[in-house]
Amino acid sequence: MIELLHSLLDATLMPLVPESMHRITYLTFETVFKITLILTPLLLAVAYITFAERKIIGYIQCRIGPNRVGPRGWLQPIADALKLIFKEIIIPTGANRNLFIIAPVLSLAPSLAAWAVIPFNDHLVLADINAGLLYILALTSLSVYGIIIAGWASNSKYAFLGAMRSAAQIVAYEIAMGFALVGVLIASGSLNMGEIVAAQEGWLVHWFWLPLLPLCVIYFISGVAETNRAPFDVAEGESEIVAGFHVDYSGMAFSVFFMAEYANMIMIAALTSILFFGGWLSPFPEMIPILGEPGLFWLLVKISFFLFLFLWFRATFPRYRYDQIMRLGWKIFIPITIVWLIVAAVFVLIGLPPWFD
Amino acid sequence: MLENYFPILIFIALGLILGGIMVGIGLLLGKLMGHARSDAEKQSPYECGFDAFEDARMKFDVRYYLVAILFIIFDLEIAFLFPWAVALGDIGMAGFTAMMIFLGVLVVGFIYEWRKGALEWE
Repeated sequence: MIELLHSLLDATLMPLVPESMHRITYLTFETVFKITLILTPLLLAVAYITFAERKIIGYIQCRIGPNRVGPRGWLQPIADALKLIFKEIIIPTGANRNLFIIAPVLSLAPSLAAWAVIPFNDHLVLADINAGLLYILALTSLSVYGIIIAGWASNSKYAFLGAMRSAAQIVAYEIAMGFALVGVLIASGSLNMGEIVAAQEGWLVHWFWLPLLPLCVIYFISGVAETNRAPFDVAEGESEIVAGFHVDYSGMAFSVFFMAEYANMIMIAALTSILFFGGWLSPFPEMIPILGEPGLFWLLVKISFFLFLFLWFRATFPRYRYDQIMRLGWKIFIPITIVWLIVAAVFVLIGLPPWFD
Repeated sequence: MLENYFPILIFIALGLILGGIMVGIGLLLGKLMGHARSDAEKQSPYECGFDAFEDARMKFDVRYYLVAILFIIFDLEIAFLFPWAVALGDIGMAGFTAMMIFLGVLVVGFIYEWRKGALEWE
């Protein structure tokens, strides 16, 4: 594929580019090609998670869910996308026009860009950087800007309240999440995502979820809170502030927020699988043929499982009250994570087998 | 080494461009295909059927500030913990003790703010 791209470039663009720029041009086009290979499945997954969500929650509530567009409703996301593309984007009179348009872009870009460092198997990763986890932490923190700017720019009271709530909630859970990540760092001794998975080499019991169980649970729950999903969706809270920060958004501007939210969900699911559940490693011991093989397949299975948990939570739990959310984040998660950090450090220092010997 | 970071730069740029294109297409098609008739009612910010009777940039609860400030403290703490956590295998007992003292100071601060009621949200 890469050779084909090179010959295509040689035939078209290269004669126009000065000699000194050749290497960077090749590199740029190769990277764009690889990014397309990541983004296309990702965006398709985002579209079909909305479908899966409606179907799964439908069946949980004894309904059928969407079943009219295409065979068994399989074309529903396409129809939704088409509808949203053709909708008019209304910009309210009091709004800050530029900020209003920039906000959805700012929330989508980091949720996509974070995928640059996700390893799909032991050699398949776009950017094999040594500060992978730090980069993830930085980019997931950035998504709060899109929400705040959207809430501020709309100049609507509901949007403003939603943005304030969402910002406070995201930063509160960011801390618990950060501590959980420090736990993973202690256990793996590396910031590189590939090396973190390599440190979990082995099967189910060798992965970090077992020695870091409280951190793992807290990480995933914080992830649910971070993405503003039910039961932590007070930022949207249909019954109280209508739709929160994106109440005044319509058409594609709204759907970009929507895509950012779902891309973030997949991101959290992927991170949980990589940091605590061994990424591409197989849950079965290596002795077992076929099932014991590591590979991309296992990563996808794990991601799907955690995505299902997101939907399951939404169908099962009633929405938390705001003070309960803050109490959970500050008074329960942070103390537990601090204690377990120390425990994890002690584990590493005494070289607890089978994880840290 | 720095070359590994190049794809990230491209990815961030591409993410911004993709978002921009999508919003742009939405703006353009909405203009072209829809009946973009607008009136004061349609353009007003949503307020459950009322006319918006004052600017939405109002005063808000001071506790949001408090949360933001506490966040900065703890996030810095996490930033301090990162290099320590990566190097823990090499620095051994001495590094562990030093970080326990650091964490101890922070826990005292945490207990103080808890007792002061900074974490209450009634």
